[in-house]
Amino acid sequence: MESFGITFGLRGISMEGGGRVGRAGMLITRKVEFSASHICSNPALSAEDNLALYGLGANPNGHGHNYVLEVTLEGDTDPVTGMVFDLKELKEILNREVVDPMDHRHLNHEVPPFDRVVPTTENLALEIWRRLEPSLSNGKTRLHGVKLFETPEFFVEYSGE
Amino acid sequence: MAAMKVTRRYSFSASHRLHSAQLSAERNREIFGKCNNPHGHGHNYVLEVTVRGPVEPETGLVVNLKSLDGLVRDQVLTRYDHCNLNSDVTAFRDVPPTTENLTTEIRKDLARHWPAAFPALERIRIHETDRNIFEESASHA
Repeated sequence: MESFGITFGLRGISMEGGGRVGRAGMLITRKVEFSASHICSNPALSAEDNLALYGLGANPNGHGHNYVLEVTLEGDTDPVTGMVFDLKELKEILNREVVDPMDHRHLNHEVPPFDRVVPTTENLALEIWRRLEPSLSNGKTRLHGVKLFETPEFFVEYSGE
Repeated sequence: MAAMKVTRRYSFSASHRLHSAQLSAERNREIFGKCNNPHGHGHNYVLEVTVRGPVEPETGLVVNLKSLDGLVRDQVLTRYDHCNLNSDVTAFRDVPPTTENLTTEIRKDLARHWPAAFPALERIRIHETDRNIFEESASHA
């Protein structure tokens, strides 16, 4: 499932005449889903400590989720195209950096750095930010935030701080 | 360390009646409409608790969800689930249990019992229905 949403707000005049992210900032959000399995446990800790920290997530046989990722970009509406960012290109970037390498994969075994970093939702959101940021923050637009739902009841938000 | 916001969603079901003893029956009906029905009515409330803090390098976590679940269970769910907000919750004996007041009450309860080791409480959001949503930032405390 993919969908597209748009929100906007006035941010005040910040870079008059600068030609970069300028007066009226627009936020655009694209949503993608991927399904992956993982094990949340830290090999440096005892089985007991891992169970206390990660609960059922520490099951050594792994388990999986349908992750929902919302990626929000910030930028100006281009006066010629009427767009902030080419959605086809955004879709391609999300597929290349996130969906293709992670969908129907085991994060610990198949997606670095989770062979050595615990694939909690927090760490996964950080990794997704690192993968997307170079392609999406290009002087005209800026990666504003990633919101990652592990389940409908649990999500994390990261904005690069 | 990277700062991240983490949100957990819970639900509880409760009944209430919006009524202020300081107003006339007529004014109560005018202000609260069908929510002033003397027999009350109920909602399936959805509560979102957001915390904000660094991702601990050792665990990859911002907060231990089991501990957060325990706190919300003890301070909110066991107190509010399947209850009548007006009669069963002391804070709403004389104050109308609007979702605005409920949001503030839950924020205060959580803040009062917030463990020092936890990352900061960032925001409380309550969905009274799919269309009525109330949120209060913890910095309003």
